[in-house]
Formats: sequence, C-alpha cells, structure tokens
Amino acid sequence: MTPAPIHVAGERLLLDPDGAVVWPAEHLLVVADLHFEKGSSAATKGSLLPPWDTHATLDRLAGLIRRHSPRTVVALGDSFHDRDASGRLTHCDAERLRTITAAVRFVWVLGNHDPLPPQGLGGEAHGQWALGPLRFRHEARGRAAATGVELCGHHHPKAQVVTRGTNVTRPCFVVDPHRVMLPALGAYTGGLDVRAPAIARLFPRGGRAFLLGRDRLFSFTLGQLSEGLITGV
Amino acid sequence: MPANFARWFAGRGWSLRPHQREVLAAARAGRNVLLIAPTGGGKTLAGFLPSLVDLAANPRPGLHTLYVSPLKALAADIARNLSAPVAEMGLAITLDTRTGDTGTEARKRQRTTPPNVLLTTPESLALLVSQPDAGRMFAGLKTVLIDEVHALAGIKRGDQLALCMARLSALAPGHRRIGLSATVAHRAPLLAYVSPDGLPTGATLIEADGGAPPEITMMLPDGRLPWSGHMGLFSAPEIMARVRGAGMTIIFVNTRAQSELMFQALWRLNDATLPIAIHHGSLELVQRKRVEAAMAAGELRAVVATSSLDLGIDWGGVDQVLQIGAPKGVSRLLQRVGRANHRMDEASVAVLVPANRFEVLECEAAILGVAARELDGDPPRPGGLDVLAQHLLGCACTAPFHPDEMFDEVRSASPYADLTRTDFDDVLRFVEDGGYALAGYERYRKLFRDSEGRVHVMSERVARQHRMNIGTIVDAPSLKVRHAGRVSGAIGEIEENFAAQLVAGDTFMFAGRLLRFIRIRETTVEVAEGGTGEPKVPTWIGGRMPMSTNLAARVRTMLHQPETWHLFPEPVREWLALQRSRSRMPGPDDLLVETFPRGDRHYLVAYCFEGRQAHQTLGLLLTRRMERAGFQPLGFVATDYVLAIWSAREATDVATLFEADMMGDDLDAWMAESSMLRRTFRNVAVIAGLIPRQQPGAESKNRRQVTVNSDLIYDVLRRHQPDHVLLRATRLDAAAGLTDVGRIAGMLARIHGRVSHMALSRCSPLAVPVLLEVGRESVRTTGDEDLLLEEAALVAEAMGEAEPPPFKLPVPEPLEKFARRSRTATRAGRGGGMGRRVG
Repeated sequence: MTPAPIHVAGERLLLDPDGAVVWPAEHLLVVADLHFEKGSSAATKGSLLPPWDTHATLDRLAGLIRRHSPRTVVALGDSFHDRDASGRLTHCDAERLRTITAAVRFVWVLGNHDPLPPQGLGGEAHGQWALGPLRFRHEARGRAAATGVELCGHHHPKAQVVTRGTNVTRPCFVVDPHRVMLPALGAYTGGLDVRAPAIARLFPRGGRAFLLGRDRLFSFTLGQLSEGLITGV
Repeated sequence: MPANFARWFAGRGWSLRPHQREVLAAARAGRNVLLIAPTGGGKTLAGFLPSLVDLAANPRPGLHTLYVSPLKALAADIARNLSAPVAEMGLAITLDTRTGDTGTEARKRQRTTPPNVLLTTPESLALLVSQPDAGRMFAGLKTVLIDEVHALAGIKRGDQLALCMARLSALAPGHRRIGLSATVAHRAPLLAYVSPDGLPTGATLIEADGGAPPEITMMLPDGRLPWSGHMGLFSAPEIMARVRGAGMTIIFVNTRAQSELMFQALWRLNDATLPIAIHHGSLELVQRKRVEAAMAAGELRAVVATSSLDLGIDWGGVDQVLQIGAPKGVSRLLQRVGRANHRMDEASVAVLVPANRFEVLECEAAILGVAARELDGDPPRPGGLDVLAQHLLGCACTAPFHPDEMFDEVRSASPYADLTRTDFDDVLRFVEDGGYALAGYERYRKLFRDSEGRVHVMSERVARQHRMNIGTIVDAPSLKVRHAGRVSGAIGEIEENFAAQLVAGDTFMFAGRLLRFIRIRETTVEVAEGGTGEPKVPTWIGGRMPMSTNLAARVRTMLHQPETWHLFPEPVREWLALQRSRSRMPGPDDLLVETFPRGDRHYLVAYCFEGRQAHQTLGLLLTRRMERAGFQPLGFVATDYVLAIWSAREATDVATLFEADMMGDDLDAWMAESSMLRRTFRNVAVIAGLIPRQQPGAESKNRRQVTVNSDLIYDVLRRHQPDHVLLRATRLDAAAGLTDVGRIAGMLARIHGRVSHMALSRCSPLAVPVLLEVGRESVRTTGDEDLLLEEAALVAEAMGEAEPPPFKLPVPEPLEKFARRSRTATRAGRGGGMGRRVG
C-alpha cells in the first residue's frame, strides 16, 4: 500500500489507495459515502442482494484504521443508505461500529441519505465540520470556499482510462488546490464519471484524478481524462 | 389429406412431400415429432398441416395450436404465409401473433378470446403462462409447434421454453409437440427436447431428404494473398463483381465490425449505385425491418449481414451466398449456405472468401467437411439455474405449487432432466428469500409456504415485478445512437466501452454510414451525419466465434499431409513448403512450439489449433507460469490457430511449460478474477431476478449512481458465500461457455511428452500471420503505412530475403502492475477486435 502525498492549504495529506484521506499531522482519517445497509435497502424494494455489504465496508474501514491508527475519523456523509438503515444493522455489525466509535473520536458529517444522526452508535454528528484550514462537508459547495480547503464526498467519482483499445474504470479522488473529493467507500456504491457535468463544474480550472489501484494510485489530469489522450498507463 | 387440401396443393402444382405426409400420419396417431429437414424443404407447412387439417374438419373456438419461434419476425412472417392458404381454402381458422410488439388491446383480446393458432416467442409465452388465467387459456391446447429447435436447445431461451412447455403439459395434458429443426450433429438431445418426458424415446424422428448438395467454391483476391487480418476487405473488388453478376446476394461476415467495414469498402466500389444494404443485430429494429422488407420485395441486390440473418424468414430469390472470412464450422456454413435458394431440389450456390492464408486452409477444410456431411457443434448444455429461478417465481405467480410436484414437472423438461433435488431446493430458496447463509431477509421474502407445504407468491407487487423481468436475453451495457435534434433519429446501439472512447468530433462507422460523435447524454450517444477523418469502428463483446474442433482437426491433418496441398493456391503451397524447410510442420498428435528472438523480444509460438478463445485462456495461464520461471513475459496474442507470447528473456525448457498441471490453481485463480466470469454473473443475476433490469423511462439523472453494479455484488457474495446457488450457476454457465477450457485440457493431455520445440534464429513462415496480429493488437500511434512496412519486413525475413533486426539485450522493463492487470483483463474479456482504425 503506497499512499500518495498531496499538499493543500499548506498541509500534507495522504491519499490512501483504499479510498481514504489521512492527515498525519492531526492523526485524522477521512472516509466518504459508506452507504451502510444499501443491500437491505434494495431488499425492501424487491432485490434480495447479498446482505454482507455493511460487513464488507466495515472490513475496509477497520483495515484503514489499523494501518493509520488515527485519533479522529471523519465520515463525510451518506454513511447510512437511508433513514432507517442504522436500525437494520445486524447486531454484529452494530457492535463492530460501536467498538470503532468508542476507540476514536468519530465524526459523522450528515449527508442527503442520512440527514439525521445515527442513534446508539456513538460518535458525534455535524452538518459540516472544520479543523484548521480544512472544511469537511458531504456535498461540495458550488463555488470554492473563500477560506480553507474543502474535503467532500457525495458524487462517488470514478474515472475511465483508455488503454490499448479498451478502458479501465476505477473509483478515484479528484483534487484541485481548493478541494479534495473522495471516492465512495461503501461495498455496493457505484460511481459517477469525473467528466459528468455535476463533477466537472466543481473543478472549472481542471484538477487531478487519482485512480485507486490494488496497492497504489494512478494519477492523471482531468484534461487527459476528458480528451481521452491516455493510451497507456 | 382432405379433398379441399388436395385441391389447394394441386392448384399450385404442388404435391405432398414424403416427410409432410409422415408428419401428418404421426400427428394423427398422437405422436410427438421431431422433423429434421434442410431449409426450403417445406418444413413449416409440414408442421402446420396436422393442425390445419384437424381445425378444418372440426372448427371450434379456442386455442388449438401454439407456434413458438426464436424470432419475432419469423412469427409475423409465418402468420402472413399461413393466412394465404387458410383464406384460399376458405377455412374458418383464426390466427394471430403475440410478441413483445403486440399492443395492449390485442393482448387483452387474445386472453379473452384466443385465436385457434397463436404464433409467439419463448419470452411472450413465458409471460402468458405466468398470468393467473393461464389455465383457462391453454386448457384446450392440442399442439405445440417449435420452430428452429436446433437454435433453441442449449441456450437459455431454449431452457425457458422447455420449462414453459412442461408447464403447458400440466395445464393441457395429452397435447402433442412437433419440433422443426435443421440438420444437426446431435439428434438425441433434440428428440428429448421435443419429448414431453424429456427422454429421446418420447418423440418420433422424421427426416426429409437432404436435397441437392450445395455448390461451394473458394474465391481468392486478385494479386497477393494476405498474410493476416480477418476482414477480407482485399477481396472487395471480386465481391463487387460477383454482386454485379447475380440477382441477389447475401454477403455473410463474422462480426458486426466487419460488416460495417465491408459495407463501406463495397460502397466505395459501387459505381453503379446498386442497392446494397447492411444488417446486423445492433441496428435499430426499424432499420432491420426495412432491409428485410426490401429483400423480400426483391429490391436489393446485396445485403452485408452477420448472424442476424442466419435464421429465419424465407427470402425467396437469393441467388448466392458469399461467406467472407473463416467459415468457423461446417454446421454454421451449411446454415448460411442454405439461405441461398430456398428450393430443396436445386443446389445452393455459395462462395467462400478467405481473408488470409490460414483461412484458405480453413475454407478448404470446410468444403471437405460439407462434402463429408461432418456436422459440428457441441451437444446442448444442461439448463441454467438462473432460468429455473425465474420460472419458479413465474409459476408461483400463476398458482400455488407443491415443490415435490414442481420438481417432477421441471425434470420432465429435457434440459433439466438431470437436475438434482439439492439444486432445485437451493434455487427455490433463492427465490424465496435470497438463500443467504446470513439470516435477516425473512421480512422481504417473495414466496411463503402454507401449512401443506405449497408455495405461494407473497404479494401482487412481487408478481408485477416478476412480469417486468421475464426473459433470458440480457443486453450488454449499451447506449442508443441517435441523430441529435431529430424526433425519430434512433439508429441502433453501441457498447458503453466503445462509446467511452469517443471524443467530440470523432468519426465512426455505424449502420453503414459515417457518423460524427457529438456527445453522450444520459444513455444516448448523439451524432450527426457525415463525419470526416479516420473513422473508428465499433466492436461488440463476444463478436468472434472460435473455429469448431472438427474444422481444427481437419486443418491440422491437411498441414502434415503434403499430398493434400495440391488443393491450395500456389502462394499457400509455397508458404507451407517454406515452413517445412525452415522449421517443420505441426504434426497430427504433437504440439509444435517455435521460439525465436526478434527485435528486443523473445517470441514463443505454439501451434495448438484449438480456437481463439482457448488460446486466450492458455495464453493467460502460460504467462503466469513464464512469469514464475523468470522469463518476464510482456504480452501475448491469440488467433484461431496459434498462440504467440513475447517475453524479455528467452523461454527455455519449453516442454515443462506445457505440463498439464497448469489447469489447476492457476486456472482457478484466473477464473475467479476473469471478467468473463463477472459478465456471466451479471447475466445470471439479472435472469434470476437478483438485479432488476433497467426499466425504460426509469432512468434518473443519477442512473449510474443508483444502479447496483453487479461486479460489486459478485465480489461481496464470492467472499462471504462462495457456494451460493447463483455463484454455482455462474460457474456452470462459464464452464459451458468455456468449452475452450475443456479443449485446452484435452490438448495438454494429448501432447504430453510430445512437445516438439524448434529453437529458431528468426521468425518462421507459419508464424508470420500471428506476429502481424501483434502489431495490430498493441497500441497504434502510427499510420497504416508503418503497419505495411512492418508486414513487409516480417515477410522478407521469414522467407529468408532479409536479415532479422539485430537482437538487443533486453532492457529490464518493470511492468506497471496496473497496466498489466488491465491488459490481461482485456485479453480475457474481449471477444472481438478492438476499435481499429482503417485507412
């Protein structure tokens, strides 16, 4: 696992290939869009998807915490797939989550899927949160924040690289000097292409995408991605 | 035959053919029949005669005969053809079609007052039998007539039809079945398929005369004979000349991409602007129908077609069939040849146009195979568990059932004759509540059991959802292509993968036109007419089919029997003779492996003749092994005949590389990761009803975000319940689709201890074609000019006219993990070529 260092607002952050941001100076770990219980949410609508998505997402989160030993973990919203999701957690998953929120300072930033704080699972909930020059929000603000740098989720960015006549699609970070957009960490979360207007308009002066690889990241400018200039990695 | 029928036959100067008489007699005796007859043998009429005779003698209301065809168009066409004799004989018989295109009004009418004869497709039939009033509608059914049985048995649509027929047997006991089929290699499974008890003994085989043998010849391009390539564009002038010289020609090609290229190539030569059309499965239905209508009306001189025209409607005046590129198999070739001249007593005329030297061998082998009537094709595989899941939910939607009775009913369908009770129960459990080891979905269950153990559907909502999801055809993720700003601008569909590679202003070939890419909006690719610059060609996954085992064996035999070489044209004879002097010929039971350096790489070329897909799998396994041995493999390319791998270090101890133990762990590891398995899982999950199909009109702005990605589900399920019934279904499917794994295993066993390794100093003549593919499959930044140069240099080198480029010491090239992974995933997943540029 080789994280990629970036520097924003004078701070050194690490992008972890598992899809999280680490702020070593503050011992802080940031994840986005966990979408716990997306599987059972689909089941209520008639698609009996395998019920282990929360378990798998927790495995990922636990792995990140083990690797970086943070003191604070920030979840950037849409941590639960719907308003009732926290109530559908299996006993075992709820216990695991409580163990995590007891071991670190856990900040639930609220998102559109989970506008209300989860009950009985520990942690503290905020509409948005800030530390030093960094702002933690679920959805990016349309214009770049006047002060500080924004860390956000919501869009589930992914990018496509054309290589040898075919293409490879991976979740990715999108970064410019004002904003770090995180990929979704949830096991059943799909993605939105970075070229889609919803994401592209947030990075009007371009930016850089970091695609998640098995144990490292692969970096391209948004310009390269949208012009399909990449013919080999 | 009744007098009015006899008069009608006589009035047209026809007489009853022997097989038609036999079918009539067998049906009268209440027997189930499988009629095997070549195209043009009056097969369909033979199938309908017993019903018409019965209905003429005893006119009555209600459904009497159900006709099922794999093609919607065929159902409509047959209805038209049947209306004529019914009207001319003054019979009081009602007939109607029921397909996905049938309007709501007509559907309602058909359910309240069914016609005597209903013509339909497997999907529409599945919908009909899942209606609560199915019992009433089918109660008086006397005959089920299945057209093109050979095309249905062994595929999922056929599984679905077999299960529906088992249902019909329960709803209307004692009705007879008549199956119509083209000539096939395996008869017993088709007899079983038609038979109500799922056994070959349950139906009578009636076989028509073979008719006149076809006249098949080979046509070579004027001038040079290409070394590689599969498109056959070199032969465009000769093809155009044949088109000019005949009334109506079908030009069959092997892939949709090839059809687009060939159409453009012909169009450039079409000075007289003869009416030539293009027909393939990704074109908008309206467009295809327009082409078919023009053909039927005799308004076309030629149509460039893929397998979309293999089956179906009798076009009447087709004078000749051209097959461009490798014929791939004898059965497939016969099917295509049969499209010319739908009269049994006259010979069909067909011309094979090989696209390269190896294909000359394959064409010759196919001509010999046709003469020997050596049909190929694998026996039908067992029925899919995903289709069973869909069917069980459909049955529950109609009426409660008892699992024990249902198990017996399902086993009476031949694809499920060997179904185990465990598999059946697991599938039923999956439909009930997902069948997961982790409890928790009880409250979302779709079925419940009453105190007598009978299975009921949970709610009307579940039933409604099921009806939206019926069918076994799962489209690859594709995007509609339409003219920007036109109301009815739909042209067809291209795959997401190809669309993602387009940049605004790019030109691509589609539907026989040059289109300019504007943008992707939602699920639509917006284009404008008249692109300029080098066009790209869309490709579709699963485009190319592998050569059949029989043909491969014939080609191999011909290669090591120089006495048969006189059949080949001069350049091919020369080429083979050179190979013999510079290396050696592949033998009948050994495996020739050549190694040689070229440029800064070492090449290993294995002459396996097991088909492209098998070679791709073998390539993946061998590169893993070569990596462990420290040879630093850099890539590989597979053709139908040969596998070539290049590496930074020279491969030694080649025989050990081909030990059969590579089929073990490496294969399992690769299978689990392969994109083929992921694609298979997606199909299984959709058919089984785990993932809902995208409903038209339900696409929100965030479609991509909301849709559950089947890959993610696959990963989670594989980790937490690797023996889940859907994963088992996926592996079974993949194994059946991967006959290539079986072919590799067979080959490795056969060649054990017989690997003959030729360490050469330069490329051998037989290796030239595959090495040219290397250039084409890699990144192309240069123009066609460079490709031609490369080809020229290679050929000169192999023929000994030039020295090979100096061998440079390999520069250690740390392979980018990511790039390599993506490349292997590509190789595994891609069926067709890539979006090649053409000059």
